[in-house]
Amino acid sequence: MDFDGIYRAEYGRCVATLTRLLGDISLAEEAVQDAFATAVEKWEKTPPNPGAWIVTTARNRAIDRLRRESTREARHAQALLLHAPEEPGETGPVRDDQLRMIFTCCHPALSPPARAALTLRLLGGLEVGEIARAYLVPETTVSQRIVRAKKKIRDAGIPYRVPGDGELPERLDSVLTVLYLVFNEGYTSTSGELLRTDLCLEAIRLARALAELMPGEPEVTGLLALLLLTEARRPARVGPSGELVVLADQDRSLWNRELIAEGHELVRRCLRLGRPGPYQVQAAINAVHTDGESTDWTQVLALYDQLWRLAPSPVVALNRAVAVAEVHGPAAALAGIEELDLPGYHHLPATRANLLSRLGRTAEAVAAYDEAITLATNETERAFLAAKRAVLS
Amino acid sequence: MRQYLLAVQLDESERDAPEDEVRAMLARTGEVTDEMKAAGSWVFVGGLEHSDVSTVVRPAGGTTTITDGPFAETKEQLGGFWVIQVEDLDQALAWARKCALACGQPIEVRPFGDPSSRQ
Repeated sequence: MDFDGIYRAEYGRCVATLTRLLGDISLAEEAVQDAFATAVEKWEKTPPNPGAWIVTTARNRAIDRLRRESTREARHAQALLLHAPEEPGETGPVRDDQLRMIFTCCHPALSPPARAALTLRLLGGLEVGEIARAYLVPETTVSQRIVRAKKKIRDAGIPYRVPGDGELPERLDSVLTVLYLVFNEGYTSTSGELLRTDLCLEAIRLARALAELMPGEPEVTGLLALLLLTEARRPARVGPSGELVVLADQDRSLWNRELIAEGHELVRRCLRLGRPGPYQVQAAINAVHTDGESTDWTQVLALYDQLWRLAPSPVVALNRAVAVAEVHGPAAALAGIEELDLPGYHHLPATRANLLSRLGRTAEAVAAYDEAITLATNETERAFLAAKRAVLS
Repeated sequence: MRQYLLAVQLDESERDAPEDEVRAMLARTGEVTDEMKAAGSWVFVGGLEHSDVSTVVRPAGGTTTITDGPFAETKEQLGGFWVIQVEDLDQALAWARKCALACGQPIEVRPFGDPSSRQ
């Protein structure tokens, strides 16, 4: 019996349902943990529907516990529980519970690090220690973030529901940003080793769940496609001695064909919906990168132009410059980024360095590499930049 | 239902707006207040004088001392506030958005403590 696998798969769903039944996240977590502890003792083999078993057990445990307590909150929670239907439905309400939980965990009134930690804990079922290791912060920091966030949810009255149509675009954006940042932290950690695969896989798992829950939202599909197409190239991104390999030098035979096929299919589905957004366009750019033997840069540039119209930002301008360099040459690209203001962002001097060296302006390129090396925090990226600089001087 | 304070954060280091701008602002915030009343969300509203007319009374060894001026010498001071009664934070934030646009200042949204939840 794969108890850990069941725990990971069912924990988030069960907590989400119990939160609806109890009206409080912490009570729900306690009840679900109690139920899993009971399962360890009682299960000789896996029951046919382990999630339903856990929910029913957790619910009964919670009623017992609340009966022993006499506070107003406990009586309120008990009343909610007793009036809830006996057997929670398998599809409809459970799916809605998970959606509610995603929107609550990613509420803009919570701090961004707390949103990510809560999402990974409550939806991903990751332990506090796992989250702490993934982000290279002390466990106490993560547990304090989670405790504070749960307290704010309760005391500030952050609702446990899917936002209405009027609020949905802004709130969905916050959810997508959390998943995107979790993936990015896994893909290029702010420190230490280059890849933290567990975070990437968790972000994909959550994006997949969200895409199933909200099939009519093309940006959700777009985000999932973007993550899959980025993840597909991961095996080729790091060389034999742990060094960073840029797109142009990657061994394409190492790419994950299955993920690429799925990502391309999702991008086509987005196109058919005809409601483009920033994640969909970024997914389309990655679809071009993973299509055929080499990148069609004219198409990539056209997509960056579209992205710029949808969501203009200095980072988009910088990424667009890479495509400009391929289509119109490094001089045109350099002219486009001279005015950019991105303090502390090492990709700006790194891109400048690359363009300057291609223009034969070696001394300036070396200086730009130095600046990029100082700003980069990830060891593998620093080594990559240092190697580029060494070739020049 | 929960009660929330919507506090107007006023930068007092900035010069006062001209009279007609103040009047237009008051008309806009008045409209938001009317809307709150119509929705049954309104509890209280008030604008405050600048903090330089504040007085602080402090307890000191069983008696009190009185000092001139605000408690905290910062440029951001409470300029006025609404108290509203709504279902949850999302509803409070929706009102805060209207208030911020009407008065042109940041609004701090803060829930009132629920005494019955403390043991």
